[in-house]
Amino acid sequence: MEFISKIIIMAVSAIFINNFVLSRFLGLCPYLGVSKKLDSAFGMGMAVIFVMSLASAFTWIINQYILIPAGIEYLRTIAFILTIASLVQFVEMFIQKSAPALYKSLGVYLPLITTNCAVLGVAVINIGDKLNFIESILNGFFGGLGFTVVLLMMAGIRERLEKAEVPESMQGMPIALIIAGCMALAFLGFSGLKLG
Amino acid sequence: MSAMKELTKGLIKENPIFVLVLGMCPTLAVTSSVINGLGMGLAATFVLVCSNILISMIKDLIPSKIRIPCYIVVIASFVTIIDMVMAAYAADLHKSLGIFIPLIVVNCIILGRAEAFASKNGVLHSALDGVGMGLGFTLALVVIAGIREVLGAGQFLGMNVMPSAYLKQPMLVAILAPGAFVTLGLLMALMNLVKNKK
Repeated sequence: MEFISKIIIMAVSAIFINNFVLSRFLGLCPYLGVSKKLDSAFGMGMAVIFVMSLASAFTWIINQYILIPAGIEYLRTIAFILTIASLVQFVEMFIQKSAPALYKSLGVYLPLITTNCAVLGVAVINIGDKLNFIESILNGFFGGLGFTVVLLMMAGIRERLEKAEVPESMQGMPIALIIAGCMALAFLGFSGLKLG
Repeated sequence: MSAMKELTKGLIKENPIFVLVLGMCPTLAVTSSVINGLGMGLAATFVLVCSNILISMIKDLIPSKIRIPCYIVVIASFVTIIDMVMAAYAADLHKSLGIFIPLIVVNCIILGRAEAFASKNGVLHSALDGVGMGLGFTLALVVIAGIREVLGAGQFLGMNVMPSAYLKQPMLVAILAPGAFVTLGLLMALMNLVKNKK
């Protein structure tokens, strides 16, 4: 029972209170870049959830069983980014072979994920917060879920925005940033939430 | 003459943040105070200059198929160096920038310049390009951070600049997350407005 309540607390915290995009400022490039259409936002979100969970697991193992025993924690950044890059490459090849339909919908987003700072960010946060193996995977999963939620909301708003009359100099990036600001303001309300 | 152009283009004409819209995450995350913005900007400039120089030196040795992983390793090495240097000599700043120092690795400005410029140009021009882009990035960070710190805390570089009545109730939202998005959005709109008027 305690375990389940802990999971729920982690989920609410990662999705709403410390949302990766709106309060930790991670993964903004895809958030602003891939949020013009709902279906591409959905594909990107799924790919991010998948890669963030996997990357959390692999980087935790590498940190715990290679970097710490060898006393080379200072190489963490290099080791993690290489892990993530090869993981993304591997996932891409694996999906291409085993599930061509899934590859069609996710394929184009996978290479972009290597430079998504949310993935490297979650790996560094997991180590910084001293989470254990299961907690790390859950943190990656819920972090990706939180990213997907706000990405979908943003895409929904921006699809509507296409029909709105936006002043010329506000079109494109400026209005997207201001909408993101309004969403961040709304999510700020969750920071008063007391958990546990 | 052309060397001068490589240096100055990053400041305004091809400013990485306002014009190219690269490197959003650190831009929004660390600009809650000017000193953080400045520290982040200079750290990124160091990495950018060093990686541009090294990549333009070894560009003929790297097979084109695996160039991106090679660039990432080069960049990650310099990030590790600046991370350790800052932890040793600027511990407070290192602490307040937090995970955004290791995240310089995935800052798209640096990989972008490696791919778009350093892999095609000589050492001198690449170095100048790195300095120009890095300073343009730093300039943008300081401008955003300046606005947010003055509005949100009534201070600039830690000194009080607003009347004491304002200091009691500053516009706190400016240094919180929403202020970052709105400030950058309004600045970009302003730049578009100036450009459209011309």
